Amino acid sequence: MPKLSMTVNGEPVTGDVEARTLLVDFLRRNLGLTGTHVGCDTSQCGSCVVEADGKAIKACTAFAVACEGANVTTIEGLASNGQLHPMQEAFRTHHGLQCGFCTPGMIMAALDIVRRKGKDLDEATIRAELEGNLCRCTGYHNIVKAIQAGAAGM
Amino acid sequence: MTESGIGARVTRKEDQRFITGRGRYTDDITLPRQTYAAFVRSPHAHATLDKVDVTQARKAPDVIAVLTGEDFKKDGVGGVPCGFVPAPGPQNTPPRPALAHAKVRFVGDLVAMVIAETPAQAKSAVELVKVDYGTLKACVDPAKALDEDQPQLHDEAPGNLCIDWQLGDNDATDKAFAGAHHVTRLEFINNRKVPNAMETRCTNAVYDPGTESFTLYSSSQIPHITRLLLAAFELGIPEHKLRVVAPDVGGGFGSKLSHYPEETLVTWAARKVNRPVKWTGDRSEAFLSDTHGRDHVTEAELALDRDGKILGLRVKTFANLGAYLSTFGALSSTYLYATLLSGQYVIPAIHCSVKGVFTNTAPIDAERGAGRPEATYVVERLMETAGRETGIGVVELRRRNFIKPDAFPYQTPVALLYDSGDYEPVLDEALKLADYDGFPERRAAAEKNGKLRGIGLSTYIEACGLAPSNVAGAIGAGVGLYETAEIRFSPTGSVVIYSGAKSQGQGHETTFAQLVAEKLGIETDKIELVEGDTGEVQWGHGTYGSRSLVVGGSAIMKACDKVIEKATKVAAHLLEASPADIKFESGTFTVKGTDKSKSIGEVIMAAYVPHNFPLQEMEPGLDARSFYDPANFTFPFGCHVCEVEVDPETGVTTIVNWVAVDDFGTIINPMIVEGQVHGGIAHGVGQALLECAVYDPDSGQLLTGSYNDYTMPRASDLPSFTLGFTCTPSPHNPLGSKGCGEAGAIAAPPAVINAITDAIGVRELAMPATPQTVWRALQGAQVKQAAE
Repeated sequence: MPKLSMTVNGEPVTGDVEARTLLVDFLRRNLGLTGTHVGCDTSQCGSCVVEADGKAIKACTAFAVACEGANVTTIEGLASNGQLHPMQEAFRTHHGLQCGFCTPGMIMAALDIVRRKGKDLDEATIRAELEGNLCRCTGYHNIVKAIQAGAAGM
Repeated sequence: MTESGIGARVTRKEDQRFITGRGRYTDDITLPRQTYAAFVRSPHAHATLDKVDVTQARKAPDVIAVLTGEDFKKDGVGGVPCGFVPAPGPQNTPPRPALAHAKVRFVGDLVAMVIAETPAQAKSAVELVKVDYGTLKACVDPAKALDEDQPQLHDEAPGNLCIDWQLGDNDATDKAFAGAHHVTRLEFINNRKVPNAMETRCTNAVYDPGTESFTLYSSSQIPHITRLLLAAFELGIPEHKLRVVAPDVGGGFGSKLSHYPEETLVTWAARKVNRPVKWTGDRSEAFLSDTHGRDHVTEAELALDRDGKILGLRVKTFANLGAYLSTFGALSSTYLYATLLSGQYVIPAIHCSVKGVFTNTAPIDAERGAGRPEATYVVERLMETAGRETGIGVVELRRRNFIKPDAFPYQTPVALLYDSGDYEPVLDEALKLADYDGFPERRAAAEKNGKLRGIGLSTYIEACGLAPSNVAGAIGAGVGLYETAEIRFSPTGSVVIYSGAKSQGQGHETTFAQLVAEKLGIETDKIELVEGDTGEVQWGHGTYGSRSLVVGGSAIMKACDKVIEKATKVAAHLLEASPADIKFESGTFTVKGTDKSKSIGEVIMAAYVPHNFPLQEMEPGLDARSFYDPANFTFPFGCHVCEVEVDPETGVTTIVNWVAVDDFGTIINPMIVEGQVHGGIAHGVGQALLECAVYDPDSGQLLTGSYNDYTMPRASDLPSFTLGFTCTPSPHNPLGSKGCGEAGAIAAPPAVINAITDAIGVRELAMPATPQTVWRALQGAQVKQAAE
């Protein structure tokens, strides 16, 4: 079994994983970081979005071994020193979540939108950029508000 | 209203774990010596199961066991029960073994179970199971299933008929139509919808041989009902030997309100292999085997007199029930459907007949709205169409037929007694917010840009807050439907609420805490909620049907009343006064007319550390419980206005404006209620524009088996919504609340289709109104116009 090492949420980690192990399964099962979720099998729902080397990727569509040496951030790595990230706070303030299952992926995707489009996001941009994230609970209305506010607060 | 009580727009307590990725969904739980299950599912819609050869699979690496229908039958485990038979019956109720035996009846039907050390090894070994099937013809269309040439699914259901059911007065309805000045007739299909909660179903069972008891973790809306069915009817064990725990549940929408064979199988297997067995469904399995919703084929007609007053409504429906009856069976196609056909209107005569049929498709059960979207679609499409074709107008026709505010309580001809309502102000407010009067100008402007604008209404009513137990029993339910609450204190003033509800995102931890904060004057950060664990919660009926605030919340209010009654006596003792002289307000007990007082915190401490306590008169402690049985359903209602713009070149529909004015009675947390309306509208728009589960009519294959083919609503498909609320409190529960979770899904589809038919000038349009469907309809209309 290939031996794997990478950095996750600032900590160096290693593992012995089968080559077919997905990054999301490595995070969830090997590292116990269950905040990243699996919601589909066609790479469309976005529940699995994490940041790898500064870019959002879908962890369900990446092999763990392909992320050898990568710097990965998951939802668990956003808060620092007990302080929530402004994007996390914004989701709470604006009721941008209900069941919470899509939420980690939404928040990670939102941060990627800010990286690429800046902090001053309008509704149309956010809605278009969320093409890769499905939510079945909120109807997106409050997610859009949360991302707008979270971005402005960064 | 206190800062954190009823009506307060407080942020949610549960969000802390969700926004930090520390939610605890069923797949997040891994037990010591965990094993993993994967299933062999039938690739055929209809076939005899001739041989299941598991020899190779059993030898595969890390495989612990491979179990088949034969093993299941040998162990004498009962079949998965159906908990509902629509009165007066009869219902043909075929058995449903958890693992198929002799025959498979839909693509995805369970054939064998592989248990291995890892999920990947289990899935690999599934491919090594060799099954010989004898393929049979399949039928998927509910309108054809009863035809003589169709293959028969079950010996117990001749002709594939499950129920032949009706409601209303056939003779009176015939007379109404005989005397009608105008009849509007429509035929439509209410398209099959897959609930698609973002968390797929997951279930994990462990057996303790020392106590001969099981624990089952399951992503479920109904933990106690699951325990009852699985323990008493399938495993044949006392209920207290099975603990069912639903941890955080990532959405339900009806897909998790039945008890599934996978739950039976992991529980049975956990005892057989003496290790915990976990199955986590993938999205493909969710498409194949989660209960689906809707799938009605309907002919409906509305009879009007020359003044546009409704004389009668006649509805004939073929309801697809799928290959097997699920837990709630045909409830959504009978008593949650036909009883809403009066809508907001005075309709003197109604008759509805429903033929529920078996087909080689996934079982059907409740799906957000459960019968009320189907009914509202019938009524509101008829009303809008009749308003247009009579020339009376869609708004005026509604006004002429609304039940007037002084007519309540209003007995409909379809069983339901509406307790309260005032429909015109809601319509007026919605039209105002939507700038209905300004629409012709907007339409003209759009036309100059080559776009077609349309506007559509939906004035819906629904029945929720399920349900009075005697009514539930009378209509054919096997349980219930009260809700329980227990409130427990600790000496230093922590409060824990135990509720028989089970949130899948509805915010119970926050809302229920707000109720207790309001009643007892205790801060919400001292109040916690326990739900979903049969080991902790006495009994409950789960969460669905927009019932948990109305029924579960009312139980909490009643339990609080009991707390206050006893606490008042304790306070009286501490204050050396008589209970009659004690006033309780905002968490403080005061002797009337004095400034002598005790806080509820002091009273709690006194009750749990009873050193100064009337022990001769009463027991220590303040815990209280309530089993609340509602007196009636509740009847939320509203008006949604949808404005669309259609691109005639592509058939693409853009929703340019959405107004929803709803009446949910007393609102506890406006932020949460708004979220429920948003989410419900998204479901309804999904059904109207995007979603449809399609089975190939010849092979019975599910053609829409993944997100590649089944279109989910995305953020770019939806607008932001304008919401308004009126409040006619429900007169029969302590909150005055009505329930709000399904309203959007009920109201939305007819609003959308009414808008598009208005935009493109056609009378009928199928759902989902995809660009292709709209474009073709437009071409058809233009050809027709050219010919005229």
